[in-house]
Amino acid sequence: MNLSKRWLWEFVQVDDTDRNFAEALTISGSKVESYEHEGAILENIVVGHVEEIERHPDSDHLWVCKIDDGSGEIIQIITGAQNVSKGDYVPVARHKSVIASGDKITAGKLRGLESRGMLCSLGELGLTVHDFPYAIEDGIFILGDDCDKTVGKDIREAIGYDDTIVEFEITSNRPDCLSIIGLARETAATYGAELKLHTPEVKPGIEDVNDYLKVDIEARDKCYRYCGAVVKNVRVAPSPRWMRERLRAEGVRPINNIVDITNYVMLEYGQPMHAFDLRFLEGNHVIVRNAKSGESITTLDGEERALTDEMLVIADEKKPVAVAGVMGGEYSGIMDDTNTIVFESACFNGVAVRRAAKGLGMRTESSARFEKQLNPDDCDICLARALELVQMLDAGDVVNGIVDNYATPKEPVVLPFMPEWTNKFIGIDVPAEDQANILRKIGFTVENDQITAPAFRIDIEHQADISEEIARFYGYNNIPTRELSGVAKATLTPRQKFNNLLEKTAMSCGLSETQTFSFISPRAYDKIRLPEDSKLRDCVTIMNPLGEDTSVMRTISIPSMLEVLGRNYTRKNDKAALYELATIYESNGKDELPNENQQLVLGMYGKDFTYYSLKGIVEKILSTCGIAEYDVEPVKTCPIFHPGRTASITIDGKEVAILGEIHPAVLDNYEIGARAYVAMIDVEYLFEKADLVRIYKALPKFPATTRDLAFVVEADMPVLKIEKAISTAAGKILENIDLFDVYQGAQVGENKKSVAFNLRFRSAEHTLTDDEVNSAVKKAMKAAEELGAVLRS
Amino acid sequence: MRQQLEEIRKNAEAALKAANLLEELDAARVKYLGKKGELTAVLKQMGSLSAEERPIIGQVANEVREYIQNEIDARVAELKAAQQEAQLAFETIDVTLPGEGVEVGHRHPLSIVLDEVKEIFQGMGFDIISGPEVELDYYNFEALNIPKDHPARDTQDTFYITDNILLRTQTSPCQIRAMEERKPPLRVISPGRVYRSDAVDATHSPLFHQIEGLVVDEGITMSDLKGTLDTLAKKLYGPETKTRFRPHHFPFTEPSCEVDVSCFKCGGVGCSMCKGEGWVEILGAGMVHPKVLKNGGIDPEKYSGFAFGLGLERLVMFRFGLDDMRMLYENDVRFLEQF
Repeated sequence: MNLSKRWLWEFVQVDDTDRNFAEALTISGSKVESYEHEGAILENIVVGHVEEIERHPDSDHLWVCKIDDGSGEIIQIITGAQNVSKGDYVPVARHKSVIASGDKITAGKLRGLESRGMLCSLGELGLTVHDFPYAIEDGIFILGDDCDKTVGKDIREAIGYDDTIVEFEITSNRPDCLSIIGLARETAATYGAELKLHTPEVKPGIEDVNDYLKVDIEARDKCYRYCGAVVKNVRVAPSPRWMRERLRAEGVRPINNIVDITNYVMLEYGQPMHAFDLRFLEGNHVIVRNAKSGESITTLDGEERALTDEMLVIADEKKPVAVAGVMGGEYSGIMDDTNTIVFESACFNGVAVRRAAKGLGMRTESSARFEKQLNPDDCDICLARALELVQMLDAGDVVNGIVDNYATPKEPVVLPFMPEWTNKFIGIDVPAEDQANILRKIGFTVENDQITAPAFRIDIEHQADISEEIARFYGYNNIPTRELSGVAKATLTPRQKFNNLLEKTAMSCGLSETQTFSFISPRAYDKIRLPEDSKLRDCVTIMNPLGEDTSVMRTISIPSMLEVLGRNYTRKNDKAALYELATIYESNGKDELPNENQQLVLGMYGKDFTYYSLKGIVEKILSTCGIAEYDVEPVKTCPIFHPGRTASITIDGKEVAILGEIHPAVLDNYEIGARAYVAMIDVEYLFEKADLVRIYKALPKFPATTRDLAFVVEADMPVLKIEKAISTAAGKILENIDLFDVYQGAQVGENKKSVAFNLRFRSAEHTLTDDEVNSAVKKAMKAAEELGAVLRS
Repeated sequence: MRQQLEEIRKNAEAALKAANLLEELDAARVKYLGKKGELTAVLKQMGSLSAEERPIIGQVANEVREYIQNEIDARVAELKAAQQEAQLAFETIDVTLPGEGVEVGHRHPLSIVLDEVKEIFQGMGFDIISGPEVELDYYNFEALNIPKDHPARDTQDTFYITDNILLRTQTSPCQIRAMEERKPPLRVISPGRVYRSDAVDATHSPLFHQIEGLVVDEGITMSDLKGTLDTLAKKLYGPETKTRFRPHHFPFTEPSCEVDVSCFKCGGVGCSMCKGEGWVEILGAGMVHPKVLKNGGIDPEKYSGFAFGLGLERLVMFRFGLDDMRMLYENDVRFLEQF
C-alpha cells in the first residue's frame, strides 16, 4: 500500500522527518518498506516564460526562444518542438540540470546558436498525459491554469509533483490499513496527534433514487450489505489536478472523473466501489445471488468466463452483470454515451469473493481487498463520499437518496476490559486508564469495564488481540527483557546422538556433507534402471509440482547422490567424496502420511577411489557403530550397480547396506564419465543394531604367537568365506586374522589366486605352547582345504 | 722397553691421525692393542724385567694403551658424527613440497549454522524435536488458526499431496505436535525442511529450512520471548548486538512480532547488507495464540507460551556472505570445501 503524505496530511498532521516517520510507524505496527520523493531525480528545472520565439535562421524545424527563467536575465534556448508559443509557461531545464531519464542538460550550440538548456515535455519530467490530460505526448508541456506560473519556481512545486510516497507492508489481518484513513488513524495514535475525519455531505439533488433502482439480496450469507446510488447526466471529463496527483502518488492511473472517483474513495476508505451504466441493468433491478450453473459472463477485460453456482454475482432480472467483488461485466464500463450510472458500495463475504476470484483465476485490486473481509458498517458513508465528489467535480446530477439493503448487520465485538490480564500476559505494568486511552485512540470504545471493537477491526476476537494493541502502542521495545527462569534440562535423544556419530565418522573418512532436494523426478527411477514394477516407484506424488523434476518425494537416496556426482563431474571437478543423511518417504497409501526414514548415502569418484576405498568407509562406519558381526554377499542383479563389483551387507539376514560401483549405463544416464562408487545405508536398521556401549577389556598379559598361512584357491572364491572358515576352525585362541596378500598370476595358475593370512594366537590365561598353536593351525588348514584351498608350500 | 712403548705410541698417534675410515681405525686397534698387537707383544716381554722395573714399565704400558684407546674412541666418534652428518645431508628433501594428507570431509554450511543454533538453545534448556515433512493440512494450517480460504494461505504457496495432506510450509506444525506429545513446562526447538511453491532463484527455493521454537509454561510473558531471542541474537552475532521487535501478524501468535538485529556488517550505521536501515530481519515470533494452545490440548487459562521461527538459509547467507541460495543445494565440491 502506497501512502501519499499530502493526502495523509488532510487527516492528521505530524512534524517529523521521513526517516523518523517510517521508523515510528514501523515500530507501532505498520511496516514501512520504503519512502520516496516524487521527482527526486529532477534537478534545476524551473517554470519559465516564453518572452519571444522565432525560427532558427539555419533550420526549418528548430525554434529560438527567449525565456525568462526567473534568474534575472533572459536566456536563449533552442527547441525542436512545434507547440510552443510566445507567452507560454514551460518547464525549463537550465544549464546543469537533470531530467527524469537521469540525463544531464548543459548549455551548448545548436546549428551555431547558443542554447542554455532545454524546454521539457511531460516525459522528460517523468509524467504522462494521464497526469495532465490537456498536454500533448510529443511536445513541450505548456503549463495550464492548474499550475503555479511563477517564473523561476521549482517545476515540481509548480505542478504538484512533490509529494512523498511511503510504501507500507500491510498484513492480511488489517485490511482497514489498506486505506489513507486507516493509516491516518495509526499515524495519529502513534504520534498522539489529532485525527480529523471528514463526514461527507451530499447536497440535495434531483428526483428519487427509488424510481431508478431496486436492490434485492438473495444470498444473504455472502452479501452482507449493498448500497446503491444513481447519478444522471454524467459529464465525463478529466479529474482536477489535486485528484489526479493523489491517484498518481498511490500508483493508480487517472482515467476520467467517474472512474477516478471510485478509485479515490477506495483508496481513501479502503472500500472498493463500482460504477456501471444503468442502461444495461435490465429492469433497473440489482439482484445479488449465486450464479446458476451454466451461466457465464463476459468480463470487462473481454473474456467470457463460465460461472459456477458457488460464485456470487450481481445480476439484473435477466443476466449477471458482475462477479461480486471481483470484476464487472463488459457493459458495466463508463462509455462515451453513458448518461446515467449506478454507484455500488457493498460488502461481501471474504471467503466467497476469494473462492470466486480463485475459481476464475482473476485476482483484482477489488477482490484482494474484499477477501480479507471488509466492514459493512461504512458502505453508506463511502457511497456518500462518492456522491459528494461527483458534486464537487460537477461530474453529473446526483439523484436524491441511496438504496441501502443491509441484509446481515455485523454484530459488534464486545470483550471484557482486563488490564491486569494484559499486564501479566505481556510482562508490563501499564495503568488501566492508560490502556483504555490507547484503545480509544484507535477507535475502540472502553466503558463500564467493556471494550467494543470498531467495526473496521475485523481481526479482534480475543483478549490477546487487545493485549497486542496495548503492547504495540506501549512499544514492544519498551517491554522489559527477561531470561527464561526455571531449570530445564536439555538432552539429545539416543537417535540424535547416533546421527551425530554417523556424520562425524563419514566426515573423518574424508566425505563432505551434501544437502539435496527431497523431491525428485519420477524419471530418476528410470535413470537408475529400476524395473517398472519396483516398489520404490510407489511414491508420494505432489499434485501441483513446480515441474516434473521436483514432483515426487524420493523413496531412495541414490538418485540425489548421482545427480550431485554428475554435476561435479560435468563441472570438471576431478574428484568428489560425499555423503548425505537423507530422508526418504515411503508411501503408506494415499490417505496416510508416509514413513519418513533416513538413509546414509555415500558417493565418490576420482582416481584415488576404488570399490575397496568405499568398502573401507562402510566398514569403519559399522565398527564405529559397534557392529562386528555381519555378512557380505556379492550382489549380481541390482540394476543400479556393476554386477561384479557390488555387495550387500546384512546383519542377522537383513540388509543394512548395499555398496558398489555404479553400473556404466547408470553412469551414462547421469553423465558421469568416471567410475563412481556409492553406498546406501539403512540408518533405521543400523541404529536398531548398533551397540554403542563400550566396556574396558584388560590388555593382554601373555605373549602372542603368529603364523602365516598362504593358500591357492579358485579365483572366484570369496576371501571372506575362507577367512570365516579359518576363524571358526582355529577356535578362541585365534585373537586376530589379517589378510595380507592376494595374488593372481602365472605362478599360481589360471583361474586361481593366492591368498595369505597372518594369524595371531593368544590366550588370556597362559603363554600358549607350540602344541596348542600347531593344533589350531592344523584345524584352520583343514577347514580351508575343505573349501578347496591348497596350502602353498 | 720404555723406548719401544714410546715408539708404539708415536706410531699409533700418526696412524690414527691419518685414518679417515672406520675400517682403518679398526685395523689400527688390532695392530696396536689387539691380542697379537704390538703393545701386547711388548708386554709379553715384561717377564724379563726386574721386579723394580716391572711396575714402572707396566704403568707406562697402561698409559700408552689408555692413550691409544682414547684416541681411537675419539676418532671413531668424530668419524661417526661426520658420517651421520653426510648421511643427513644426503637425505635432504624439499620440505616445501605439498603434504600428503588425510582428507577430512567438510560439514555443509547449513549444518554448521544449524549446529550452532541448536547448541545455543540446548544451553537454554531446549530439547530438539522433529516432525513429519509430509504433513496433514490440520497440523500445518487448521490447528494453527489458518482455516481453509484464509488469506494467510496465499503467502505460503503450498504443495499438496491430497486435499488433506501437504508438504509442510513451515515448521510450526511441530508446535501442535509438541503440545500433544508433551506436557508443560515445554521448551523445544524443531529444525527441519519446509516447502513452498517458489521457483528457484538467488533468494528463493521450493525447499528450505526453518527452526521452530516453542516455550509453554505458567506465567510466560512477552518479556521471556524478548529475553530468549535477545540471547539468541547476542550468541549468534556477538554481545554488542541489539535487537528490535516490530509488531507483525501471524495467525498462530498474538501478539506477533518480527525481530531485527542491529546489522552485523555495519553495526547499525546503515550499509548495503541492511539496505541502509541498520537493521536486519532474522525471525518472526509471538505469544502462542490461545486457540492454538487449546488445539494442542493445553489450557490457555492456566498456561501461556511463546513461539518463534527462524529461516536457516537466511542465517547461513548472512554468516558466510553468500548471495545465491542455489549454491547450498548444488553441492559443488569447490563450494563445500570452503567450509
